Formats: sequence, structure tokens, C-alpha cells
Amino acid sequence: MLVLIEHNGEVAASSLEALTVARAIADDLGEPVEAVVFTAGTDADPSGPTLGGVSAAEEEALRSRLERLGVSAIHSVAHPELATYSPERWGESLAQLIRRVEPSAVVAAGTDRGNEIMAQAAARADLPLATNCSAVASAPPDDPGATSQNGAGAQHWRLTRVRQGGMLLEDAELAAPVALATIVPGSAEPNDDATHDSSGAARAGQPMAVEVFEPRFDDAFVASRLVERTTRDAGVSLATARVVVSGGRGVGSADGFASLEELAKLTAGAVGCSRVVTNNGWRPHSDQVGQTGTKVNPDLYIACGISGATQHWVGCMGAKAILAINTDADAPMVDRATYAVIGDVADVVPAIVDEIHRRAH
Amino acid sequence: MEVLVCVKRVPASGGTPQLTDDGQRVDTRNLAFTVGPHEECAVEEAIRLVAEHGGAVTVLSVGPAEADEQLRYAISMGADRGVLVETGADELDPQATAAAITGAVRRLEAERAPFDLILFGNESPDAGNYQVGVRVACALGLPIVGGIKGIDIDDGARHARLRRDVPAGVEVYEVSLPAAAAVKEGLNLPRYPSMRGRLRARKAELDELSARLPDAGAGTGAGDIDTVPSEIAIGRGGLRKMRLRQPEEKRTETVVLGRGPEAAPAIVDILEELDMV
Amino acid sequence: MTMNTNTLPGRADVVVIGAGIVGNSLVHHLADLGWSSIVLLDKGPLPDPGGSTGHASNFIFPVDHSKEIVDLTADSMRQYEKLGVLTTCGGIEIARTEAREEELRRRMSSAVTWDIDAELIGPDRAVELVPFMNRDIIRLAFWTPSVAVVDPLQAGALMREQAAATADLTVSANTEVLGIETIAGHVTKVRTDRGDIETETVVVACGVWSPRIARMAGATIPLTPAVHQMIDVGPIPELAATGVEIAYPIVRDMDTFMYERQSGADLEVGSYAHRPILHDPEDIPSVAAAQLSPTQLPFTAEDFDPQMEDALELFGSILDREDAGVRHAINGLLSLTPDGSPLLGETPEVKGLWSAAAVWIKEGPGVGRMLAECMTHGSAEIDLHGADIARFYPNQRTRAHIRERTSEGFNKTYGIVHPREQWLSSRQQRLSPFYEREGVLGAEFFEVGGWERPHWYESNRPLLEEMAEFGHKFLQDRPHEWDRRWWSPIINAEHLAMRQRVAMIDLSAFAHFEVAGPGVLDYIQRMIVANADRRVGRLIYTPVLAPNGGFRSDLTVVRMADDRYRVITGGSDGARDAAWFSRNVPADGSVTFTDLTSATCTLGLWGPRARDVLASVTDDDVTDDGFGFATARHITVGTVPVLALRVSYVGELGWELHAPFDQGRVLWDIIAEAGAPHGIIPAGIGVYGTTGRMEKGYRLMGAELTSEYTPVDAGLALKKVKEHDFIGKDGYLQAREHEPIAEMCILTVDDHHDSSGMRRYPQGGEPILSVRGERVVDRIGRPSYVTSAGSGPSVGAYLLMAYLPVEQAEEGNRLLVQYMGERYPVTVARAGRTPLFDPDDSRMKG
Repeated sequence: MLVLIEHNGEVAASSLEALTVARAIADDLGEPVEAVVFTAGTDADPSGPTLGGVSAAEEEALRSRLERLGVSAIHSVAHPELATYSPERWGESLAQLIRRVEPSAVVAAGTDRGNEIMAQAAARADLPLATNCSAVASAPPDDPGATSQNGAGAQHWRLTRVRQGGMLLEDAELAAPVALATIVPGSAEPNDDATHDSSGAARAGQPMAVEVFEPRFDDAFVASRLVERTTRDAGVSLATARVVVSGGRGVGSADGFASLEELAKLTAGAVGCSRVVTNNGWRPHSDQVGQTGTKVNPDLYIACGISGATQHWVGCMGAKAILAINTDADAPMVDRATYAVIGDVADVVPAIVDEIHRRAH
Repeated sequence: MEVLVCVKRVPASGGTPQLTDDGQRVDTRNLAFTVGPHEECAVEEAIRLVAEHGGAVTVLSVGPAEADEQLRYAISMGADRGVLVETGADELDPQATAAAITGAVRRLEAERAPFDLILFGNESPDAGNYQVGVRVACALGLPIVGGIKGIDIDDGARHARLRRDVPAGVEVYEVSLPAAAAVKEGLNLPRYPSMRGRLRARKAELDELSARLPDAGAGTGAGDIDTVPSEIAIGRGGLRKMRLRQPEEKRTETVVLGRGPEAAPAIVDILEELDMV
Repeated sequence: MTMNTNTLPGRADVVVIGAGIVGNSLVHHLADLGWSSIVLLDKGPLPDPGGSTGHASNFIFPVDHSKEIVDLTADSMRQYEKLGVLTTCGGIEIARTEAREEELRRRMSSAVTWDIDAELIGPDRAVELVPFMNRDIIRLAFWTPSVAVVDPLQAGALMREQAAATADLTVSANTEVLGIETIAGHVTKVRTDRGDIETETVVVACGVWSPRIARMAGATIPLTPAVHQMIDVGPIPELAATGVEIAYPIVRDMDTFMYERQSGADLEVGSYAHRPILHDPEDIPSVAAAQLSPTQLPFTAEDFDPQMEDALELFGSILDREDAGVRHAINGLLSLTPDGSPLLGETPEVKGLWSAAAVWIKEGPGVGRMLAECMTHGSAEIDLHGADIARFYPNQRTRAHIRERTSEGFNKTYGIVHPREQWLSSRQQRLSPFYEREGVLGAEFFEVGGWERPHWYESNRPLLEEMAEFGHKFLQDRPHEWDRRWWSPIINAEHLAMRQRVAMIDLSAFAHFEVAGPGVLDYIQRMIVANADRRVGRLIYTPVLAPNGGFRSDLTVVRMADDRYRVITGGSDGARDAAWFSRNVPADGSVTFTDLTSATCTLGLWGPRARDVLASVTDDDVTDDGFGFATARHITVGTVPVLALRVSYVGELGWELHAPFDQGRVLWDIIAEAGAPHGIIPAGIGVYGTTGRMEKGYRLMGAELTSEYTPVDAGLALKKVKEHDFIGKDGYLQAREHEPIAEMCILTVDDHHDSSGMRRYPQGGEPILSVRGERVVDRIGRPSYVTSAGSGPSVGAYLLMAYLPVEQAEEGNRLLVQYMGERYPVTVARAGRTPLFDPDDSRMKG
């Protein structure tokens, strides 16, 4: 079983989850888990957790980390053309690796990039792909006759997919020679140490193999080219912030976000917003939290004047705690929040800022 | 330039989706249908590109006969023509959907002109398979990048620059035309159709094709198979939806910290407790 | 959280279900009237719980043809204004057709009657007021400067606050009612998902959900949710430039059944022209499942889009552009009832269960106030007779009837509805045993309460010529189509034939109740004004009063035995009266109430030859000595046992013959055959209800008789006030003590010619003006208007009935009546109760 590892020296949290899920399935099947890591060379990719090249020291750290996570082998995918990210080339590489290794399954994180690479690989290997799964298990089919198309050499899997941004779950069957699945972030508690299996027995302690895999691209290979990359200025990214201070219709105007910005600064958090806000042009779309914006998983989500429509809720329901500030005590967001303050954002948020300043002195 | 936009008829979201008793689909008795925000942006972008560079916008939908409503909506926004690939009421798996679109594109390109740009929504709002556009692009040999929030066409050089947000910043890709892109909300602010546009769309003639899965239960005697010229042959993919269900919602008892600014100390207590200030 | 609490009290004086405009207004006014523990529930969130209040277009046009609606609207506007949530913007109703021009003129009459500032204006003035309209398609416009938009959600919030200040109010949002329990037909408890509340009074103010909630208690609220489509088009720079929510008057494009109103930078376009789209209350989505709100359903473009052409035609200059988009479009649910009126009052099925349903934004606050008065005092300042939920017979409470009538009625929302207009759907529901005979005679059937009643008979057409010989030719004359719509001159001919010979009239729509038992005398004394302690066989015509002393109904009571009375009332009020009489039956079981309506048919036999006809088919004594006026007896007609009542609503000698329903046809045939030698004719309700009764000056419930006028005003006060207590006695006594304020009068039209020389005939509802053109208003502010209008063939005049201030109620006094934009001279022919025809009643009593 292969797991696609996104890393930036450190294994990405979402990949850890994918690995944890894969580990559990592999244990069931009595199979080893092997990592797929793109190691293209020295062109370090600064754009967050990726599979770009890393320094030798980092690579060693990565190796020992993956070893501790119960990975028995690393497939290091290397090619000069992979120096910068390219959806088509990375997907083609993975497809070629699948043909070579013939794993029972390939698992990746259900991130934008994970889904993109897996979709490319699936298309090129002519395999089905189940994205954003919250559970995957190997199982015989309910109806053996129903999957005739993929019958030859097909394995059967039962899985649960997340739909509509998390409002619904889909129980599905996957029948394929190789099962391709991505794991929706937040679906598993990452397991930091997998040197022992679920029964507590130590796994077979063979040294981890690193196999370099070099994909081939013919000259006519069609691919997009990453030609420009700008890094967001220092600031906390919405997707990874511990605190998100988010504003909705109740903020009233673009200017109304000033106090939210300040609160975010004081809490080292990021500013988010609802769809109404971006539609009104008060904030850029990149700040939008929701089904069609960013899904956030902070420790605290402060929803300021957000009523809590479904489309927004699915973007913030991953938060550990929610504080709703709203004039309407019956707003759905208040109903679902951990904490609530009934009041106008314009009064409450500046008061919080003042209180933080007061205590700092 | 010729732009194709692929749209899917989906129930509009709003409240908590209710399911039919058999769990096979969302109960849509009280729901409107839409193409979803990503695809609405795709239609808008196509209309703007054609307005700037000339050409025509074709909108294609694979789905039930009722998807004509979504095609007409796109036409009311300003798209030039609509093509419906009728596949019946049941949702297709992503491989079958991609095959139907691919077949339709090949047919349309053979009958008319090749498309310079094919736009998809990044993912459908309901199934969210994140792969149909990629599969179609691969089958047609086109480059494709997802999550696109900016498109610049260099018509003369037959290039497009595609911009997207990633967690760390912004990436810009260059593709040669013809190309495909899966776009996201935020690409533009889609227009609302004008009244005149809606009247125009009501009268528009749609092109109709159909694509059917082989019927699992039907006999396969040669005499049974009707060869319908407009029918696109597709096969069933390996992913099969069994049933939908609602996730268990963790109900939290809301702790009301207070009213108005007086609640500030209680809030800061929590921030301190969570080590955030 | 002070106001929104999830802790429900275990007991309350009243539980109001539904926090829309009606529920909020009701709790406010109940608190005002001293109710102390009040619970207001809604299953949705606040301030917008997701019902019709939350998506209504919120504009108010104050002019209507219905007095009740006008009064409720005026009261509501005052309340909205006081709460500071009313913005006056003015309103224009556009006529594109000639018929609509006439309708606008009729509207103008109503505006004058109810003293609402309004003006008929030409296209130039109209486009001055709303410059974006296409002048070329406007023929005439009706301008009402006081038209306003309101904020009903804000109003509701303020009303809750005010109620909370004076009463122990618990407001519980997101609370679902699971059941309403009753014991012995009386409400005892409301069960909710947040606990149970014991209470004896529950109000269902749930708009489109009302039928579902009422059914929990076993009651019917006959309404259906129906779709009204609206779209929002914008941004429109001309509107955005105003910088306000509404700067231009609201336009009703009456002939296309559409309206256009500014909403900030957008123009909202609404329609009542699409096909009726009915929903089932059970199928309305929950708050959670709804996309926008439970009552904002997905827009069905195929229903609406064709009508966009009409909007583009009128408002092309701002709507017909590519950058103005359809930004919002909904199928909004509203409540429709079989007759278009609200559903107010205690439900006939369950005591303590009140309905406050099918109310528009324009009436909401007023309905709340009136219903609070009813719940507190038993009656209200505004007569709610036409909105009484008890007005429906069982057949009219069925789903099939509701759906058929509302489907037919939906497009009448902006339609031109003739005052006599008949429904076409759900007909032939209640048929008298005479029905087939009547059909053969070419009866033109009108409907009341589901009954088919002949209004006139084509078989009587030859009478027109016959009667013309007697000099009555002018009575055939109604040259204008509107005046003769749903009318025939045959009615006048039937009338004259009855007065000359004899007529048989189908009165099977009468409602008959029998009340009996040891406590019946006490009971009936309490119910009616007249003394019921009369000898057996005595027939008593009496007012029935509301607790405030205003009219509730007028009816006939017959003492059948010492412990048994028969109550006979008209078809249009039978259901209300049945509810009132049965609701007041004492709880101790000493009186039983039985509805005999479906067991009894009634044939009226009246005219100078009536006795000759009856005597020829019965052995019983029907002479004046043997069967005096105002008595009732059992007689035998052929094989038919008949309860005969010597009484008349048309002022002629004769009887009401009440027979077993199954022998009705036999009775008809016997009377028809025996009458033939005497020249008997069948006559319709046109004679019975209009021409005959108006010549006799008899008052009609709902027209002359309303709760806003006392029996003293109506001239129906009895000489003596009986000892026994009765409902409304205090008010009745007070009214008797006061100097009379208004008097019921009969007026004759002196000249029917309009300015073009055409003769016109007012149809009722028109304002009465002084010769100088001023409104005529009594000293407590009640305007004089035509309550009934009709021919008086035997007195050779066209008759109008109206209350006039006592100082104007003088015979010979000259006044004007305004009809279709013109004024006609009229003269007071009678003031008080003395009839114009046969003033000493010698024909009837002879």
C-alpha cells in the first residue's frame, strides 16, 4: 500500500492523517505501508507543505520520521522536470509508479494538491478514485455482479466519502485493481508512533528501504508550467491559524473589519469572512470561509455577525471551539457555538481588544 | 475563441440537506437547482473572455433532462448555446461523467470548431469528486490546472496564464491553448441574468445528445441494442455510491457569556485559557 | 437572555403559536387588555421565524371594497406608524383597459366611502410621479398618497417588547408544537419539544402552517398555502441614486395582475397572474431543510417568465437593460382561503382554540387588536363577521373545496370582481330536493354555503311582456353591462307576479336547529333579545347580539313545545349561528342542540293567492283565524307532514313550508299542481333576498346588520326589554338610553342618467353625499353608504338602503350617491322601520 506524503521537511499534518488511515487498513490486510515522496532535486518548494526537494539533513529527519510512523519503504520520485510542481507531471509520475509497484491501494491527503495529483494519476492509470474519504476498508462487494467493468483483478473496498463540504456522507464501494483514495483532513487522529501495531506488538524491525523511481516523460508530454509563485506576506494563513476571527453581514462594512483585524493580530490569528462579505466586496475571496472558500480547523473560531448558513458552517465546523458574537440570540451560529455573546459586533469586538490591552499592562 | 463550460445540475444548498427514504439522493422537493458557485464563475468568465476575444460560449451539461434549466440559466447570463447530454435521473460516477463529456466534446468539435478553452468548476458542490475535469483533460490531451481564480488569455501567442491561491500564496501557471481549467469561486463576481436574457433563454434551442450506461439487468442480444446516432457510449466506473446519510452532529450546549461589551472579560478569560493572548 | 428563554412555564393564561406579525400583535394587545401570563411560541428563529411575514412585500394599499378589510388596514397602518416602522411612499394603480378604468372609478367610490385620500389621475400625472413608466399604455390611474411600506419584523419585535413590559410574557423561538390536548372539546394543554404548557386558551397564528397545528386539536383551519412569485431586478442606477429604500410610489399594474416597487437599488416585481400553485401544509419544509426559509420556495421560472414581458412593457426604461439582473426570485408562500377573507375567531370544533390565520401584512396589527378584544370581551370594535372562522359549513372545510376555490380565487387578487360574482368551481355540492324541477324550469343558480339556489327562472321570461302591460317596463332597463351582470329583469317580473298572484320559492338553504331540554327556556332567553317565554306555536323574529350589544344575527325562533325550540336562520349565516348556539349550550347537559338542516327542506309560498293554494291541498285550517300571523303549526299537505310558519320576508300572505327532505319533491309537485289554476310561478332569491325584502325594508345580516350598529340604529329595538338576562343586554340597554345616532333609511334614486345620458344603477357600497358633495358621517364617525341596492318593482323606484345620521334621516331629504365616478340625486323615502310597500303590512297579516 502506497501513501503519498506531502512534506516541507516536516510531514504535513494532513499526510499524517492519511498515513494513519492507511496504516490501519494495511494492518487489517497484513500489508506493509510504503511512502511516496517527490524528491526532485534542490529546487526547494517554499509553498507550504509539499513534496519538493529538501536538504540532506532534512531528508534524514524525514526518513527517520517516516520509519517511526511505520513506513517500511520510501519511493523517492525523482526527475529534473519535477523540480517545480506540475499537476500533469506529478500525476503521470505517480501513475507510472503505480504500474511499476502494483500496490493494492494508494492513499493521499484530501488536500487541493493531494486531490489534484491523485486525479491526474487516476485518469492516466485509468483507475477509479474516491476523494475525501473519512473511512476506508477492504471488503467483499455487496453485489458481485454490479462491478463487472472492473471485474478483472478488481479488489473491493467499502468507504465513506464526505459530500457537500461535510453536510452529507456517502457510503460507497470501490472496485479496482488498485484502490485510489484521498483522506479528508480531520477524519483521523494522527498517530505519531506506529512502531507497534494495534495489538502492541513491535512491527518487524527491518531497516527502511529507499527506492528511487525515475518517471519518463516523452517530448510531447502536455503539461502546464508553473511560471510564477508569490508567497503571502508574513501573516498567519487562514487554513492553519489557531484562531480565526471571522466576520459576516453583521460587521456592516469593509471598515467594520478593522477591529477584527486588530483582534486577529493580538491573538496571532487570521481574519476570515462569510460569503456575503466577499459578495459585497468587503474582503477578498481568499478570506472566505465555507464550502466554496477555505475550510478551517482552528482551536477557536470567532464568528462575528455571522448567521451561520450551511455553506458557511461546513467551512468552520472543524473548529475545536466556536465563539459566536451576534445580535440575534436565535441565529443558527449561536445555536451551534460553544460560547456566545449576544450583542453588536461593533460594540463587542473593540471591548475585547480593550480588555486584552488592559490586561497586558 | 471557442470556450466550453461544463456545468452540473445540483440542488442549491441552504438548509440541512434532507434525504429520500432510500438514501439514494437528496430530497429536492423543496429545493431549487443551480450550477453551483464555481461553475457560475466559469460561465461568467467564459462570457467575459468571449466578449474580449470574440468567439462563442458553449455550455454543456451531463445529467437529467431537467438540466436544461441550468443550460438556460447560463444562456440567460450570456452564453451562446447549450448542449445537454441526457443521462437520466441517476447520478453517474466520475469516470462515466468524464467519458460522457469527453464523447460530447469530440462530437461537438467534429461538427463545429475545436474548443480553445474548456472550463470546469473545481468540484461539484454535491458529489465533490475533484476529478471529472482532470479526467476529461487527460482524455483530450489538454493541460489542466485546478483551483483557478484568474485567467489571462494571450490570444496571439495561444497561451493562457492561470492563477490560483495556495496555502502559502499564489501560483501562476502557463498553458498552451487549447487547455482546460477547473475554476473556483472568487474568479469573478458572476452577473445576474437580465430579464431580457431570461426571455431569450426561454426560447433558446438546446442541442441534445444522450449517453447511457449499459443496463446491468438487460439482455444483451444483438437485436436489443438500438443504435441511436446521438448516443454516446460510456461505461460504468469503479466507484459506486451505495447510499447517502447525514453525519451525526455533535450538539453543543451553548454557553452564553453575556450581552454586549460587558462580556469582554469573560471572552478574554477564554482566550487566556487557550493560551492565545 | 431575558426575553428568549427555553424554560417554558408549566401554565399560562394563553399560548399564542406563531411569532409572525399576527402573533406578535396579538400578544401585545392581550397584554394591553390585562392578560397576565402569555406564552408566544414559534418553531423558527427570531426575529424572522421563516413564515410569510419574513418575505412579504410589505406594502399597504388602504383602499378596498370590503369595509372590514379597510377598517383592519386603517387600524394596522395607525399601529405601524405609532411603532415608527411605516414609510409613506404613495401608490398608483394603473388601468390599461376600459374595464379597469371603470374599476378604478368604483375604487374611487370606496375611497370616498371610507374617507381615504385618493385621486383618479391621467397618464401625464402618473409618469410625473413614477417617471420610468411607459405613458402610452396608461389609460387612467388611481393615486393613493397614503400607500406605505412597513417593516413587520421590526414591528413584531417592538410589540413583543411592549408586551413583555406589561405582562408575564415568555417568548420561545425554535420551539416546536408537538400536540394540543383537549378534554371534552376544550383545550387543556400545549405539548412542545421544550416542555408542556397547561392552558385553556390557544391561538393558532401560524399562517400557512395553521391547518397543521389546528388539526392537532381536531379543528380545521380552511386555508391552503399558495405561491406568490416575486423577483428583484437590479441594480438600477436611477433607483440607486435615490439612496433610500423607497423613493417612488408603488405601482400596481392591475390589468397584468402585477406590481412593481422600488427596493433600494432594485425594482421588485411581483405577480398574481401565474397559474395557481398550491401547496399542502404538510409539505412545507422545516426551517432546517429549507433553502431560504420554509415559505420561500424555489422559483419556478416557467410560471413567471412569460409575465416579464408585461413588466418590460410598463417599466422598459429601467428594466430592459443587460446590466440590471434578476438578483433574487422566490415562490413565496401565502395563505389563501376559499372566499379570500381571513380566518379569525374561536374554532367551531374546539373551545378555547382560536384561529388568527390567513392575514396579510396590511391587516396583521389590526387583526391582533380585534382578536384580543374578542378574546377578552367577546366582541370587537370592528365587525369581523366576514372573517369569522365559523362561517364555513363542513363541505367548505374540505381539502377539495379549499383547493378548488383558492385555485379559482388566486387570479382574482388583482381581478375585477363583481359584487354578485358567482364562483364557478366546487358547485352543485348541496342540492335541495327541488333541484331537478328547478333545472327543468331554467333556473339560474347562485350559490350560498354550497347550496344551489335559483336566483331567477328562465321559464318566467314570458312574464316580462305580461308585466310590461302593467306599466313596469322601466324595470327591465339596465343598459350598462356592469349593472346587469349576474342579474336579470326576470327577477322584477317574478316579483310582480308574486305580488299579483302567488310564488313558490326554494328556501332549502335555511339552517334549522332544534334546542331542547329542561334548561332550554333559560338558554334561549339568554341567546336572543326577544322574549322567548311565549305560548307553544308562537313564532318570534329576533336579533341575536354580540356581547357588546352589536348585531350578531337575526333569526326566527319557534316554540315547538314547552321544552323545545326551533331556530331558523339564513343560509349564508347558518354555520356561524350553529357555532354560536352550540357553543353557548350550558355545560350541565340541560339543553341539547341538534342541527336539522340536512333533514329539512323549505318551500316558501307567498302572494295574495297563497291561502287558496294551500287550502286546496290540506285539510288543516289555514284561515287567518285558524292559523294566525307569526304562528307555526304542523299541517299535512297531501302525504307530506309539514311544519308551516306563517311569516314572510317579502311582505305577502303565506307560509314557509318545512318538510322532510326526502319528501321535498312531492311537496313541490303538490304545490305546483295546486297552484297552477292560481297562476303560481316559481320565484328566485332575486325576489326573496332583494326586491321583495327591500320594498319591505327588511334588514339583511351582514349588509344592514353588523356588530357596529345596534338594534336601535337598525330600528329593530323591541318595545319592551325583557326581564331575563341575555347576551349583549348591557350594550342594548345603553343604546336605548342614548339619543339615536343613526337610522336605517330607504332612499330612492331620483335620476339615473350619467353625464353621457346612460342610465346607471348603483350596486351597493357607494358613498352617500350631501347635495354639496360632502361625505355624510354620523356623530360617532360612521359614514353613510349604500348597504343594499335593488329594484322596487311594486313601488316603481330603484331602492337603496343606508344608515343616515338622525339629523339627515328625514323623509324627503335630498342627498347624492357617488357611483362609478358620477353622482346621482337620491331622496330619503323612509326613515326607520316602516316599509315603503304596504306600510301597515295588511297584505302579509290579512
